[in-house]
Amino acid sequence: MLATVGATTIRTLESMGTFSRFSWKTVSQIPVACVRGRDWRLLMPQFYLIGVRSVPVMVVTGVFVGLVLAAQAADQLHAAGLETRMGVLVNLSLVKELGPVLAGVMLAGRVGGALTAELGTMRVTEQLDALRVMGTDPVRHLVVPRVIACIVLAPILTMYCNMMGSIGGWFVAVIVHHIPSEPYQYYTAEAIEKWDIFSGLTKSVVFGGLIGLISCFKGFNCRSGAEGVGRACTSAFVTSFIVILITDFFMLRLMQDMYNTIWGFKPVL
Amino acid sequence: MPDHDSKHPTDSPTPLIELVDVYKAFKTQVVLNGVNLSIPEGQTVVIIGASGVGKSVLIKHIVGLLQPDKGEIVFRGQRIDQISTAALAKLRRRFGYLFQLSALFDSMTAGENVGFPIRQDGSKTRDQIDRIVAKKLRLVGLDGIQSKMPSELSGGQKKRVALARAIALDPEVILYDEPTTGLDPVRADVINELILRLKKTLHVTSIVVTHDLSTVFKVADRVLMLMSGDFIFDGTPDELRNSDEPRVQRFISGHASDEDILELDGAA
Repeated sequence: MLATVGATTIRTLESMGTFSRFSWKTVSQIPVACVRGRDWRLLMPQFYLIGVRSVPVMVVTGVFVGLVLAAQAADQLHAAGLETRMGVLVNLSLVKELGPVLAGVMLAGRVGGALTAELGTMRVTEQLDALRVMGTDPVRHLVVPRVIACIVLAPILTMYCNMMGSIGGWFVAVIVHHIPSEPYQYYTAEAIEKWDIFSGLTKSVVFGGLIGLISCFKGFNCRSGAEGVGRACTSAFVTSFIVILITDFFMLRLMQDMYNTIWGFKPVL
Repeated sequence: MPDHDSKHPTDSPTPLIELVDVYKAFKTQVVLNGVNLSIPEGQTVVIIGASGVGKSVLIKHIVGLLQPDKGEIVFRGQRIDQISTAALAKLRRRFGYLFQLSALFDSMTAGENVGFPIRQDGSKTRDQIDRIVAKKLRLVGLDGIQSKMPSELSGGQKKRVALARAIALDPEVILYDEPTTGLDPVRADVINELILRLKKTLHVTSIVVTHDLSTVFKVADRVLMLMSGDFIFDGTPDELRNSDEPRVQRFISGHASDEDILELDGAA
């Protein structure tokens, strides 16, 4: 029993150490890749695959989250006579929490799985070794463009998700429950600060980077055979999902502390 | 003990590649147990042995894809196992490597695959790359298939495209990992002919890992047999044929030993 716990702990620590080295190797090459024109042509296909191809999923997710949020809140707010404030509830939840987290989860499922499967297949068919033998660093050639694309596109996809959720919420409130559109929009605009949008998008940047790193790492280290690739894909999604939830909590606390610190100085400034 | 020939080319004073007392183990399984090997320039060395004995592991050490637990890997007097990552990446461009599964990039056409190492080198224009790609593909008898995707090629064509890619940078050494595995005898012979042709036209040093005896007797200047982590035979193809070492003879004749049969009974 003790031996099993010890072995699992050692394995976990080893895996974390390997992931840290892999992440550092990737992150340290991002600035160079951003300025080196030769690497841009590696980025464009990733922008298309990760960004453009994810838009429909984000649109559907956003719309239905907005619809469900508004439908849930409608009766309770109506009972309290606060139905005109429905936009505050829907949009604040979307912008600060649900938008970034759900966009992150969808990205982990749609893009993360695909990245792991692609790189995992390349590993088991010796394509990663082929790159190394030709003097090309697979991390620079394969991982860096994918992680950059995830970092850049996660906030953009989150904005899509937020926007569509906002439209969904407005539809339920104004069209279905006949809440006047003008006060709905007025109170929403009053309640949501730029900081809320900023904190939500900051989270999505971090989620994007983590999804890219975890998915590529799992692909790079998958075991041989179809089963190995399948397991790596499952593991990439589950790990990304858990990491998103854990990071969300800590990011929330961090953003709150930052808000209090910055706004604490507001009267002085 | 290796079956040495006194007139053997290994006696050359300046070997191109040297493995000195190389050990490699994966967890508790010892794969290379103090291997020593010296390969002079221009020689075609064929390494044979049973499946899973460590032949591919051995040649992966030569290009630094694997690091030895102990021992030295030397190329032209330079320690490969001790150089920096950047220097190793540069050095690897002097090697061509034909992988067992061809390892063509699925997302690229055949032409892009062959041109990939040249593009990475960054010293040629697009027109020059196209010309080199056509020349290399012509050398393997496949000019005109530049725009085909790997999924549209047969197994033999994939191997030949992979070979064209391996020679794209005019390497000094070509490593062949099971070049004829999965091919019918005629296609396998085409690959063997290509190995001979590349040796003649490019004057390369070749290391071939295989358990295909037709390859051994067609292309080898020298044959080594790996077993239990070390070489049990080192000699010419004729010496291999006439060797009285029972394990070598069993490998050539393709007869399972009593131990192998007992193992099979145990498994059942």
